[in-house]
Amino acid sequence: MSGFPEAAARALGDSQLRRNIGKATSTIRAKRAAVVGELDDWEALRDAGAAIKARALATLPEQLERLEAAVAAAGGVVHWARDAAEANAIVAGIARDHAFDEVIKVKSMATDEIGLNAALAAQGVRAVETDLAELIVQLSGDRPSHILVPAIHRNREEIRALFARTIGDGDSSEPAALAEAARRHLRAKFLSVPMAVSGANFAVAETGTVCVVESEGNGRFCVTLPEVLVTVMGIEKVLGEWRDLEVMLQLLPRSSTGERMNPYTSLWTGVHERDGPREFHLVLLDNGRSDVLADEVGRDALRCIRCSACLNVCPVYSRTGGHAYESVYPGPIGAILTPQLRGLDEAPTLPWASSLCGACYEVCPVKIDIPSILVHLRGRVVREQHARLSPEDLAMRAVARVFGSRRAYERSQRLARLGRGPLARLPIGPLAGWTAMRDLPEVPAQSFREWWRTRA
Amino acid sequence: MTARDEVLGRIRAALGPDPPVPDVPRAYRQAGRAAGAVELFCERAAEYRARVVQASAGGLAETLAEVCRARGTARLVRARGVAWEVPGVEVVSDDPAAPATDLDGAAGALTGCALAIAETGTIVLDGGPACGRRALTLVPDHHVCVVRAEQVVARVPEAIAALGGAARDGRALTFVSGPSATSDIELERVEGVHGPRLLDIVVVR
Repeated sequence: MSGFPEAAARALGDSQLRRNIGKATSTIRAKRAAVVGELDDWEALRDAGAAIKARALATLPEQLERLEAAVAAAGGVVHWARDAAEANAIVAGIARDHAFDEVIKVKSMATDEIGLNAALAAQGVRAVETDLAELIVQLSGDRPSHILVPAIHRNREEIRALFARTIGDGDSSEPAALAEAARRHLRAKFLSVPMAVSGANFAVAETGTVCVVESEGNGRFCVTLPEVLVTVMGIEKVLGEWRDLEVMLQLLPRSSTGERMNPYTSLWTGVHERDGPREFHLVLLDNGRSDVLADEVGRDALRCIRCSACLNVCPVYSRTGGHAYESVYPGPIGAILTPQLRGLDEAPTLPWASSLCGACYEVCPVKIDIPSILVHLRGRVVREQHARLSPEDLAMRAVARVFGSRRAYERSQRLARLGRGPLARLPIGPLAGWTAMRDLPEVPAQSFREWWRTRA
Repeated sequence: MTARDEVLGRIRAALGPDPPVPDVPRAYRQAGRAAGAVELFCERAAEYRARVVQASAGGLAETLAEVCRARGTARLVRARGVAWEVPGVEVVSDDPAAPATDLDGAAGALTGCALAIAETGTIVLDGGPACGRRALTLVPDHHVCVVRAEQVVARVPEAIAALGGAARDGRALTFVSGPSATSDIELERVEGVHGPRLLDIVVVR
């Protein structure tokens, strides 16, 4: 990672990108505001959503065990993964056991996070993204730039040229024609590829039900037609009760796409006789999440339901776009999630990628206080860097020692008087730059304490 | 140590011995007004560019025929638990279930639903005899869904409460709000991507 300031400067230099992102974020912002305004109980839903997620996190071991038992009872197989490598190995192992060399995928942040596609490729298994935007990103060898609309940084002409080059189908740059081209390209895959990999928006511990929310129908194809379905989900996605969906299925679509309801929501429980995959695997992924949970302030970031409302209202994101955050989780939520998941020393600049204006907190459907967590993480970055004894820190410690005792303080005043002459201009060392333009201050011939003693 | 034990152990250590467990305040609306719910459902489903028509119980067959004529659908595969006939259209039962590749092509699907949600314009399919298996309403390009007026609930919480039994029985549920759609290219909405591009909802009252 090059750090946010450098990556943001690069992104800001791309005026096409800025126009695309600006148009997209303002459009979704307006749609969201309209459908949220329709509900007179929106704030009560947010309160409930925040508490549902907080409660599930506070009882996480119990919820995961309930989920595991319910999925197993319904004929599914549950796997646990400590980290990305373990999760990737589980998925690759399932493909290998069946001698499959191709899988279809539903857009999933968790599998982006663990780099599943590359890991499968290394095992000779090709992963085909089926969400239109993810397909665009995959065909162009690019990275997603928005949680919800990963190809938000590409306009129609760029996509037409890409399709013409890669799938030989790019006669028109009309969005309808481009969607039709993707449909033709993927229909054959849906009907023939025997294994699919998905993420999960929610999983209900009580019933063992997994939920995927989408628009295009690619998700329905992936969870319905293949023989084998593997779902990789972060452990924080679990909900305690079936009833909790009555809140989440109102909060998510309105916050996310600005719709009253997204076109398709699939809910399935294990395997179903004569309907859908014959084999279902659920991979429960930690990959840093239990570390996040250990921070009593930062853990609220795990409530996130990946709606992306905070991206669209953020004055920083709406100018830099997603790539500047150098993570699959961009925007305000990424600024608090990435440093916690990867470790603060991996992404120490991200907590500063914000003006702390608070717009993200206002729109968050599960009331994550992102500005407070940003400030908390800034404090942690500074404290942890200090623990590593930088020159500045060593100097500060020395000063603290001197100011801590009268004798040491007076001795240093005498030394300063002696030493100042030759040191008025420091030729080398950390202060050389400072004294190149100005002298060190004159030290008086007599200190206040010495003068006070002569009075006595 | 297994991954399971290690992950659970890390979580327990992170939470500490006695983490506070918040109660869930449920001050939001549990139900909406039943009066006018059917009209609201028709209006909201139509906003998603589903075509919504109303029919009397006696006039259902003729309405279905009109719907198929308007879309040029000459053949329908019907969920195994429904018995509707459509004049002028070849209707076959999805029993025994044909392979998905056979559903690909010109055929439409004819099903009922588990319930419908007025506020969001949503129909819910539950894999039961009236709704059929999931592939039936996914692979064909045209889905004709019959909703009885008394199946319409006002708001989402009523729907989730009514569907709890199906979920506990382990049935697969699909919420459908309009035809498949994408806004992935410059956020311009395109109806009809992978799922059925044509959705007709016939409300029987």
